[in-house]
Amino acid sequence: MNHLLIAPVLVPALLGSLMVLWMRHDLLQQRVFGVIGSLLTVVLAIKLSHMAAGGEVFVYRLGNWKAPFGIVLMLDRLSAMMLLLTSVLAVIVQLYGIGSGWDRKGWHFHSLWLFQLMGLNGAFLTGDAFNLFVFFEVLLIASYGLMIHGGGPMRLRAGVQYISYNLAGSTLFLMALGTLYAVTGTLNMADMAERVAAMPAEDTALLRTGAVLLLIVFAIKAALVPLHFWLPATYANAPGPVAALFAIMSKVGVYAIIRFFTLIFPQDSITESLATDLLLPAALITLALGQIGVLGTRSLTRLAAYAAIASIGTLMISVARFDAQGLTAGLYYLIHSTLAAAALFLVVDMIAARRGGDIWLRLRPAILNTGLVSALFFLTAIAVAGLPPLSGFLGKLLILNATADDPWMVGIWATVLVTSLFAIVGFSRAGSILFWKSHEMDPEPGNDSDEGEAPSRGPIPTKLETDEPIQDVKDSAAPWLSFVSVGALLAGLVALTLFAGPLTGYMQDTADQLTNPQLYYDSVLRQQEGSR
Amino acid sequence: MEMLVASAIGATTAAGIYLILRLRTFAVVLGMTMLTYAINAFLFATGRLVVNMPPILQDHAAGGHPTYTDPLPQALVLTAIVISFGMTAVVVMMALGAFIEGGDDRINMPEDDYIMPPLKTVDDQKTEDETA
Repeated sequence: MNHLLIAPVLVPALLGSLMVLWMRHDLLQQRVFGVIGSLLTVVLAIKLSHMAAGGEVFVYRLGNWKAPFGIVLMLDRLSAMMLLLTSVLAVIVQLYGIGSGWDRKGWHFHSLWLFQLMGLNGAFLTGDAFNLFVFFEVLLIASYGLMIHGGGPMRLRAGVQYISYNLAGSTLFLMALGTLYAVTGTLNMADMAERVAAMPAEDTALLRTGAVLLLIVFAIKAALVPLHFWLPATYANAPGPVAALFAIMSKVGVYAIIRFFTLIFPQDSITESLATDLLLPAALITLALGQIGVLGTRSLTRLAAYAAIASIGTLMISVARFDAQGLTAGLYYLIHSTLAAAALFLVVDMIAARRGGDIWLRLRPAILNTGLVSALFFLTAIAVAGLPPLSGFLGKLLILNATADDPWMVGIWATVLVTSLFAIVGFSRAGSILFWKSHEMDPEPGNDSDEGEAPSRGPIPTKLETDEPIQDVKDSAAPWLSFVSVGALLAGLVALTLFAGPLTGYMQDTADQLTNPQLYYDSVLRQQEGSR
Repeated sequence: MEMLVASAIGATTAAGIYLILRLRTFAVVLGMTMLTYAINAFLFATGRLVVNMPPILQDHAAGGHPTYTDPLPQALVLTAIVISFGMTAVVVMMALGAFIEGGDDRINMPEDDYIMPPLKTVDDQKTEDETA
């Protein structure tokens, strides 16, 4: 038994609580220890991924109780990959939070950040269905705090909506777990899987109900249509770095769907085709709706939020197949879409800060660092829309390749390709309004000496109707740190493109491990000699 | 007894969902609480309904009648109650904050969140300054 397995949960939990107790009012200490905490989880995640890369499944039995009676933490390739992605994203985005000055808009930004990390890491590691619920609540309650960080009426409103939606989701989650417990009599995921497999086909009506309820719960977290209504307002009103961290939070829903529907309800079992029948149409509509949102929205933050919805749709198209090839493509796209969505939220926050908090797509005088910011926006847009040469293109290609023999192939390919066009048009429109047309405007408000030059462009705006600046670049502690952090995310995307070969090799192994869960069952339930 | 418990769960769930759909924060919080009660009762029932038995396997099981209440649902309900208390407290505080800062207790987003508010122009600014 390796105690390293529980460290990604314990380290943020301990550091986060210590920060609340001892560094309440010292921002510098909070920053130092916050970054140290995130860096420590990165180190742990690297170590754990190295362990898991061998293909073994590690089990940590809490309190040394035998599974299925005690609670277990499990580490396989998928968990290790998600841990690494989470911690790397968290540390990069945290640097942005420091650089842009977001972390001094309210108290406890860094400790909430660590609690969120604890919840995410726990959700990826747990091998117990009820503990998954508990870790979901931990990450959600931290996310409520982060979501309303900085305050303001609009953000609080979006927060209330977000909490209500998620509370309803949590209630549904408990309902699903109760149903599954009533049918199988266990909450350990591996044990549940074996009992489900042994169940006679005519007794499975209640089991199927439980499976669909679970699917609905995870679809709420992943913001799949028709359960996506909470996402646009929430992500658009959340602080920039928080929205960037939320890019991984919606992937928790996707992770849970992958975990439950490869392990407990695999495709050859009695719930056969259940997930695919429901998931594939939902994924296609999610993708279409997200990209139409990108095309249609007039707010910059909503543009990013709809792009995040669309990326979930694309991801679920390949996950919905639940075969090795589909999962390989899905996992590659998962990493890409998390990094790209986070980069997009950060760039959007940068632009909004430089426009004095104006998030609307309309003409304003040219902003500070136009050249650099527009270059970053351009690169991010390429990545998010899935244009070559960045990894979004490779990800979409892998997904198209994986669905080439699907009976829905024509529909899938048409949706993916047409909606990519929507995304490109949407981003071009946003970019040209923000960066090109702004140069035609007179930067000096009130300077109406040359009336003849621009009569048709209308009066020059000076002040926003709504006096709620999201963020001002003047608050920025170290603007260079913001650029470093966005640059690091984009560098991650470039690395994802360059090392696509070895990475898809790793994903291939991960997908094989997921589609052959026998080793997982054996590690939890049979190899217990080390536990006594 | 099964009938009674089942109909109680059903009625509470229905009331909770109705209240959540009212889209006002107080009603939604109340509805969420009702729904949580319903789920707690439901979780309790997942271990089968048994009367007057301890939730622990002990001596009297040796007498040939291994009757006991399943202890796990009780542990689950306990955890669920604690979590739902915490969450209700959070949502009440947030709803209060949103009501005080936003002016009303509607749960859906107001129009200016998704419809572009007009910009004040130089001319508007001038007239405003003159009137002030």
